[in-house]
Amino acid sequence: MVTPDFKYRFGFAKPENYRFKAKKGLDKAVVQMISNLKKEPSWMSIFRLKSYEIFLAKKMPSWGADLSGIDFDDIFYYIKPTEKTVDSWEKLPQEIKNTYDRIGVPKAERNFLAGVSAQYESEVVYESISKYLQKKGVIFCDMDTALRKYPKLIKKYFGTLIPAADNKFAALNSAVWSGGSFVYVPKGVKVEMPLQAYFRINAQRFGQFERTLIIAEEGSFVHYIEGCTAPIYTTSSLHAAVVEIFVKKNARVRYTTVQNWSNNIYNLVTKRARTEENAIMEWVDCNIGSKITMKYPSVYLFGEGSRGEVLSIAYAARNQHQDAGAKMIHFAPNTSSRIISKSVSKSGGRTSYRGLVQVMPAAINSSSFVACDALILDEESRSDTYPEMKIKNKRVDIQHEATVEKLGEEKLFYLMSRGISKADAESLLVNGFIDPVAKEIPLEYSIELNRLINLEMSGSVG
Amino acid sequence: MLVLKNLNIFASGKKIINDFSFVFESGKTYVIMGPNGSGKSTLAKGIMGHPEYSLFSGSIVFDKKDITKTLADYRARLGLFTSFQSPLSLSGVNVFQLLKMAMGKKIDPLRLKQTLEKKAKELNLGKEIIERSLNEGTSGGEKKKIEVLQAAILKRKLLIFDEIDTGVDVDALKLIAQFLKNNQKNKTYIIITHYNRILRYIKPDKVLVINGGRLVKEGNSKLASSIEKHGYSRFQI
Repeated sequence: MVTPDFKYRFGFAKPENYRFKAKKGLDKAVVQMISNLKKEPSWMSIFRLKSYEIFLAKKMPSWGADLSGIDFDDIFYYIKPTEKTVDSWEKLPQEIKNTYDRIGVPKAERNFLAGVSAQYESEVVYESISKYLQKKGVIFCDMDTALRKYPKLIKKYFGTLIPAADNKFAALNSAVWSGGSFVYVPKGVKVEMPLQAYFRINAQRFGQFERTLIIAEEGSFVHYIEGCTAPIYTTSSLHAAVVEIFVKKNARVRYTTVQNWSNNIYNLVTKRARTEENAIMEWVDCNIGSKITMKYPSVYLFGEGSRGEVLSIAYAARNQHQDAGAKMIHFAPNTSSRIISKSVSKSGGRTSYRGLVQVMPAAINSSSFVACDALILDEESRSDTYPEMKIKNKRVDIQHEATVEKLGEEKLFYLMSRGISKADAESLLVNGFIDPVAKEIPLEYSIELNRLINLEMSGSVG
Repeated sequence: MLVLKNLNIFASGKKIINDFSFVFESGKTYVIMGPNGSGKSTLAKGIMGHPEYSLFSGSIVFDKKDITKTLADYRARLGLFTSFQSPLSLSGVNVFQLLKMAMGKKIDPLRLKQTLEKKAKELNLGKEIIERSLNEGTSGGEKKKIEVLQAAILKRKLLIFDEIDTGVDVDALKLIAQFLKNNQKNKTYIIITHYNRILRYIKPDKVLVINGGRLVKEGNSKLASSIEKHGYSRFQI
């Protein structure tokens, strides 16, 4: 069962104690200043300024969730919490340590003996790369450091898979990005333990624009995990991230997100991976919380025989809209994709599945399987499905399944007739419903997910 | 043990059970028979507390406690059990998880698992079935077996088996009936059935015939064989 301090754990906020805070709102000068403060190479400054122009020119997306509540002038675009990234836990300010103690960073580090890159505000302040990673030549650091240390590598890939012009929020991120992770896995290296990053937003009206880039060279493997919790605030915040992943020949990347933003946050994230010959890309994406989420992890299957997968869970309660899904674009022959989406809506919450499967003329003998299942817990709640298929050749195998289920009286009665209370019966059914995806998540996260669901259910319908 | 007094039960706006009264005694075995639509399952669901089978009037007293207005989970914890005719599939929930949740802190999970595996074996149920999502991809016979398996482990006092013998083959029927018999000690059984064949293994103390939602006849096991020969036409309301 849920411990009493559990709610508190996810709702605490630390006093703001920043070295630097840009003014509210965005203009050219703010973009230039961010770049100057970071002492970036000129190509990045130019990239940021161009992106800003694109951001201004792009219209707000109107096809999905209601974004009219976002006021771009009411957001801080850059906050620097401490002078520089530190390499050991002890050097962190006490306040930040307290915050991380509550999320459990050191524990996770002990458990996995992997690198920790924890993000406090817009800068990664704590990062420790284990000797294991160094020995194997794996680079795992924050994006700002990566730009300083590996400028050539960054320039080659940065913004090439998700150009600024992709959408308004990708353009915004490109203009003001800060923090995020950089992962480079050399040829043939298999990183056995997951790399974890913890994200946290801790200032009112403060937008977080992290930028993540993962490059998995030929025959390599890496599992990257981001777990997000956020304090509760009353004014709206914006989280607009960009994640680009390059999966080379025979390589495999798994990217797991367990996200629990507080329910005032607009979570608008662009995630895309590109697979080369026989490569495998797997997105495991769990969205709980936030005010509005719009997120459609995609895989561009460029290499013959490559495979893309998106497994997702979306959970929407009162005043929440989870507009999530996946995109699979088949460019090459013999490519395959699989999308499994599980959504739960309750207490007036709304979930939307929005997916695209596109098979190009050249992608013969390709196959795609899509299953989106929605569970609606009460009469107030809503779920919609917007699946799109663009199939440009006939030699393909496409399957699509969609189910909408109401948490029925009959199933509840069945469990209650065995002596289980209504609230427990509901969490049993919801956890059972998301199980096919939840079991793909590392244990410590799936336990947290399970507890969150139980917590949500105990104060729920009926 | 279970006292039903002037029960009137409605389902979808229609009166199904009509002024039904009966006293079920502790430790005995009852058989309820009746034509299709006579109200047998409605009676079972009404006793268990299904929200869609609302009690219009009358009272249900179980183990000296008035449970007329209580929820199903409370009735279950007091000692009532009802098997389902066609149990729904519960994806992602297996029988072990269900029983663990139902028994709460009273049971050590490891012991529960051992008991479950032992009892499942008696029913010729494979390990994979108890680890699989409940009633997903299971045959009709297996579903019934999983129902009696739960009944045995939950240790209830009064158990209603609603058509536990329907849709099972001869061998499975024999196993189920034998299993029920072996686990009956001190328990009250109410077996709802259309057929005599289960009564070859379990001897009822009393046979009740329902028609039109009313109790129309009481008798011993001979009554059951006479119904099989002559049908229900003699028991019109």
